[in-house]
Amino acid sequence: MVDVRFDTIAGIPPAEVGEVDLYHPRSWWTRYVFSQDAKVIAVQYSITAMAIGMVALVLSWLMRLQLGFPGTFSFIDANQYLQFITMHGMIMVIYLLTALFLGGFGNYLIPLMVGARDMVFPYVNMLSYWVYLLAVLVLASTFFVPGGPTGAGWTLYPPQAILSGTPGQDGGIILMLASLILFIIGFTMGGLNYVVTVLQARTRGMTLMRMPLTVWGIFTATVMALLAFPALFVASVMLLFDRLLGTSFFMPTLVEMGELTKYGGGSPILFQHLFWFFGHPEVYIVALPAFGIISDLISTHARKNIFGYRMMVWAIVAIGALSFIVWAHHMYVSGMHPYFGFFFATTTLIIAIPTAIKVYNWVLTLWRGDIHLTIPMLFALAFIITFVNGGLTGLFLGNVVVDVPLSDTMFVVAHFHMVMGIAPIMAVFGGIYHWYPKVTGRMLNEALGQFHFWVTFLGAYAVFFPMHYLGLLGMPRRYHDIGETAFIPASAHDLNAFMSVAALIVGFAQLVFIFNLIWSLFKGREAGGNPWRATSLEWQTPETPPGHGNWGKELPIVYRWAYDYSVPGAARDFIPQNEPPAKLSAQGAHP
Amino acid sequence: MSAIILFMAGIAAIVGWWLSQQRLTAKPWLEEGVIVDLREERSSPQAAKIGLGVFLAVVGSLFALFISAYSMRMTMVDWRTLPVPPLLWFNTGVLVLSSVALQWAYIAARRDDIDGVILGLLAGGASAVTFLVGQLMAWRELSVAGYFVASNPANSFFYLITAAHGLHLMGGLVALGRTIGKVWRGVEVAQVRVSVELCAIYWHFLLLVWLVLLGMLTGWTDNFVDICRQLLS
Ligand code: HEM
Ligand SMILES: [Cu+2]
Repeated sequence: MVDVRFDTIAGIPPAEVGEVDLYHPRSWWTRYVFSQDAKVIAVQYSITAMAIGMVALVLSWLMRLQLGFPGTFSFIDANQYLQFITMHGMIMVIYLLTALFLGGFGNYLIPLMVGARDMVFPYVNMLSYWVYLLAVLVLASTFFVPGGPTGAGWTLYPPQAILSGTPGQDGGIILMLASLILFIIGFTMGGLNYVVTVLQARTRGMTLMRMPLTVWGIFTATVMALLAFPALFVASVMLLFDRLLGTSFFMPTLVEMGELTKYGGGSPILFQHLFWFFGHPEVYIVALPAFGIISDLISTHARKNIFGYRMMVWAIVAIGALSFIVWAHHMYVSGMHPYFGFFFATTTLIIAIPTAIKVYNWVLTLWRGDIHLTIPMLFALAFIITFVNGGLTGLFLGNVVVDVPLSDTMFVVAHFHMVMGIAPIMAVFGGIYHWYPKVTGRMLNEALGQFHFWVTFLGAYAVFFPMHYLGLLGMPRRYHDIGETAFIPASAHDLNAFMSVAALIVGFAQLVFIFNLIWSLFKGREAGGNPWRATSLEWQTPETPPGHGNWGKELPIVYRWAYDYSVPGAARDFIPQNEPPAKLSAQGAHP
Repeated sequence: MSAIILFMAGIAAIVGWWLSQQRLTAKPWLEEGVIVDLREERSSPQAAKIGLGVFLAVVGSLFALFISAYSMRMTMVDWRTLPVPPLLWFNTGVLVLSSVALQWAYIAARRDDIDGVILGLLAGGASAVTFLVGQLMAWRELSVAGYFVASNPANSFFYLITAAHGLHLMGGLVALGRTIGKVWRGVEVAQVRVSVELCAIYWHFLLLVWLVLLGMLTGWTDNFVDICRQLLS
């Protein structure tokens, strides 16, 4: 090891912060409800996201019941099926995953991992959560308005999204758009915090290249989200205008129920461009935090430094930048110019390179590591497998000639569930099992965790792996009932029934998980400050759960990167980031 | 989508420039000890200022997207450009004044001249309000003349974009109001200096956005856009 500027250590002033600088909650309300503490906000975000996520999960059961046993459930009609897929998709992608990764993990981990006392704008951070909650409530209210939630599909493509043939044309679509607008406003407030905190509030010695990859992932995803969400914002506002004020931004001239509508001349393709300018980066907005979390889980639980840290950082940045110029691969069937198709197919395939680098690096990190098959590690491994699986089918779909016949089939549904549904969820679970001890001071129950992991992983495969095959057969997506068709054999129906049963079992396992979260809060084994013997700063807090201001009197000083595991000659198999080199040499271990 | 792509390229250039100074080629696994990072070597701006900068990038991308949508929708056959109410020129003048006033307040704040600060802030706020009222009157003029929101996409965009710009200015007025409140209550100049500066930056930004939008809405930039198109194809 090369020693860099040992001598400067003495010159560092203790990073003390006067008590006045800290935000002090004065009452129960400001401590737990209207709190400005990022840790509390993180928990609020996570609970809200998981609560609305449960709704999406229940909707997926209903959809699977209908698909598996068509005609059996009279209470699911064609309109409702459309409403279910729309709400399920929208909630899962935006209100669950985006909110959980950035609002939940981001809020909790960024300040702790970079050694800050809190986010830089705590008040705005608090507002961010309340606006998010409002967005969720508005979204949930659409289940109760006359006409029900919108059934336009999570892509909300006009013209159908706001025409009367689509369920939820009255209140549903209006409230959905309003909720999205609110979500984006709320997210922007939070996002400013995450970015500026990483830029500005890092503790001494925490250079960018010493940040754990989790922070890199969340940071880059936030930057992307800040730049991509405005596209959804613009699309939503304009669609709302079309719906409420009768403008024709997107609405072409159409005949509805035999009558010419008031609309004319608009461009549905314009909406698609705006939507996917947001929509593709969105995929990486949920993927990059997952990448980061997985890197840290693997390194910690394999007791090995992450392979190719620099390349991992560069890959995250490269993916973030590239993902803004691939959006039109969602529009191959929109009648675009073939050269455009070629351009976007090329950029799509290029983005696979940094992504593949990351996968190689994970595998090489595992290679000859001291792998502990803890629950977080199991989920991390499951993430890699699922992600690779989904990524490979993504390479298929990225090519125009392959995509055109497969577009709008179950193959696409299987692909995106693998890559942006199941894989990020695996990262979420892994992350929760990993950091729960820090948040609560107690371990999650191991046996329940094992059960949860195996049922979820194998079950999700049972649901989505056969789905590729159904897609190749030509089974369309977003169909309430395919009925009797020549190209779909009877065996496909049996397969569908099997997948539905698997989906119900997977759903049940999530209830066990929720039970575990609550049960362990009271009955879990005491975790201590650093149960995984991890190096990054959040595990080195003086108290667990971290107290107000995170660090007691003095901020930690960072002397090394976050991956000093199994360093030859060191006394322990991990060296915390804030352990000074001097201590090492005092133990005689330093070269 | 060329406006937003250009904007993103700009952002990418800034981010790239910034990243290039962050020693991304460091080998952190070899470097033990305290590394003095950039933030300590130079005096770096306050968090609030960086926060504003990031926010402006978000607002910028919002307007770049509006512009993109505008230029795509514009090429459809049903587009009828709407006459620009002359009032807009007056409004533009007022908005320029507003920006100048805030710049003045900022300069005064740096000179510890509290009277100048108050005057600048009040003048800036008053002219911004005048601008907003003027925009509303322009709306009225248009609708009296029969140019309604839904009658033509050009009108829809006009109302939409001016409304979006106006709302951002109103948000700015809230911040400005709070700053004026602080000065009113007699806090030291030093304590509002940053707020005044942030307001001034935001105002200049919104002025710039407005000028671009005005150029687009009046069709001034059409020639320029055509030239760009020809260059591209
Ligand atoms: C066990 C878990 C899940 C099951 C059983 C499930 C099931 C389904 C089903 C049956 C559909 C409708 C297919 C169709 O007819 O078009 C669907 C659509 C969808 N799901 Fe999931 N899903 C699950 C988890 C997730 C997760 C975690 C995400 C997060 C990204 C997600 C995102 C979506 C999206 C975006 C759609 C498309 C909605 C649309 O077509 O508008 N799902 N899911
Ligand atoms: Cu995509």
